[in-house]
Amino acid sequence: MDTSAPVIRLQEFSKQFGLVTAVDRISVDFEEGEFFALLGPSGCGKTTLLRMIAGFETPSAGRMFLGTDDVTDLRPNRRPVNLMFQSYALFPHMSVRGNVAYGLEMERLPRADIRRRVDEVLEMAKLSELADRKPDRLSGGQKQRVALARALVKRPRVLLLDEPLAALDKKLRQEMQLELKRLQHEVGITFVVVTHDQEEALVMADRIALMRAGRIEQLGDPKTLYEQPATRFVADFIGVANFFDGTVAEGGILAPPHGVLRGTVPGELSQGDSATLTVRPERIFLKTDKPSEADNAVRGEVIDLAYHGSDVSVHLSVANISRQLVVRLSGEETYRPGQSVWCCWNTAHARILA
Amino acid sequence: MPDRAGVHLAARVHLRLVYAFLYIPILVLMVLSLNRAGLPTAWTGFSLKWYGVLAESPAIVSAVRNTLVVAVSATVISSILGTLLAMGAERMNRSSTLDALLFAPMIIPDIVLAIALLSFFTLLNFTLGLHSIILSHVVFNIAFVCAIVRTRLRNFDHSIIEASEDLGAGRFTTFRRITLPVIFPGVLAGALLAFTLSIDEFIIAFFTAGPGESSTTLPMRIYAMIRFGVTPEINAMATIVMFVSFALVLLSQRIDRGSTQP
Repeated sequence: MDTSAPVIRLQEFSKQFGLVTAVDRISVDFEEGEFFALLGPSGCGKTTLLRMIAGFETPSAGRMFLGTDDVTDLRPNRRPVNLMFQSYALFPHMSVRGNVAYGLEMERLPRADIRRRVDEVLEMAKLSELADRKPDRLSGGQKQRVALARALVKRPRVLLLDEPLAALDKKLRQEMQLELKRLQHEVGITFVVVTHDQEEALVMADRIALMRAGRIEQLGDPKTLYEQPATRFVADFIGVANFFDGTVAEGGILAPPHGVLRGTVPGELSQGDSATLTVRPERIFLKTDKPSEADNAVRGEVIDLAYHGSDVSVHLSVANISRQLVVRLSGEETYRPGQSVWCCWNTAHARILA
Repeated sequence: MPDRAGVHLAARVHLRLVYAFLYIPILVLMVLSLNRAGLPTAWTGFSLKWYGVLAESPAIVSAVRNTLVVAVSATVISSILGTLLAMGAERMNRSSTLDALLFAPMIIPDIVLAIALLSFFTLLNFTLGLHSIILSHVVFNIAFVCAIVRTRLRNFDHSIIEASEDLGAGRFTTFRRITLPVIFPGVLAGALLAFTLSIDEFIIAFFTAGPGESSTTLPMRIYAMIRFGVTPEINAMATIVMFVSFALVLLSQRIDRGSTQP
């Protein structure tokens, strides 16, 4: 198979609901065999986009290509794409086996083939023991695996997953993140997952499209989104970020009363423009005396500490930032509320955003 | 403060009296249908002969047949139409006026519905007969079937319909293999209720029937007989009808309740 051609190409995909634009001219390619995450806050259009790819919503404008075929006008039952529903949508009157076999029965395959492929998938999803149970006698995690097996048995070109882990408890969710990733590697099918959970996207996805108000705000691999956020929204949505507002100056931004905080100024900004400098909590280190060698230092007062086991979050009040400054420490240093400290970081770890 | 035990006792006695009031007349009827001499005043010994007399009366046999034809036809038609109506009404945007209109045939007094239907048929120059009774029964049965199926649809997860399509099924296959089996207990409960209502319906059948034996249903027959006094075979007939209705209502309740429990 030609690996350079995308498995799905969306061209200027849009969806209007009355006066509301849910999806606004999105163009994106999903590559063969990748794990792609559509990430964003609720109402950003990610689920609408997924439902359009599955065929349940008709785009108001734009085309969708599967390989080289234009599939924009195909009904859901004619698309070699399957959707795993957030509610799982298991058929309540059928056994686990009946649910999984249903999709193959629709393809009118010979009975022996159906049986063999269903057995294979049940085995892979560790459901062989439960094959004769009805859905109402399954746990949440088991239901999730049935829904996954039911979609995968069809061997779709692309598997779409709508908030696949949202209904599970936290511990199981973390297990299933790795499980899903492992499974995706095993079957080699392109997965497109919709999630509002940035951690889930970072753990599972090869590439993430962070959406906002119907548009893709930034598309890239998890490391790029975390370390080189393109906008303040991205920096804020992915992980925790500290922001200093100021105006562009020579080699950084001027953020009184801290003076010039250094960083690389993006090309589109010129001196005097308002800009934001962002630093991740784990990149900041604290000192009790004014450090001379540090590139950047701002004065702050410790408000409180939150102990997480593996590390400690320190919250500080710093002049002229809207929220508290958050610093993440490995836990060996100790500070007490009210203490005055210097917050320092390397220029390489600061990013200036428009 | 009143004595709690006393209040409790009074409530229990009250409950017994209510049940006695409801069921003693029916009990009397059943006992009289087994009275050999057939007199309503004196017990002369146990006998099933009045049930035998029923079976030998051609007028009654014909009336039973007519009633079954009406009840079965009206049940089948109203079950199909009522189910489709329920699905459409659930899918549509909510309009409380339309909802109320769907329930109306259940609430409108039978006599009003009967007069309305008769006037309507007359206006259309429609020949009256068994078919006009069937049509009339369909009218109120649809409302009952629709109401029961809708309670079933309210807990229906519509994403399973999308899941079926997503897995490659067309709309008809989805209906046949997914939607219908899931709502079937509701449809069956609705059908049983429709059958029960139809089998002993009198007023509407009386108004919309044609002349003569050919469209006389059992309740109409009984009414005709009763004008010459309550005879023992009427008691026997009423007992049978009561048992059939009672069994069907119990069955319909059992089906609807049994299926909603996980």
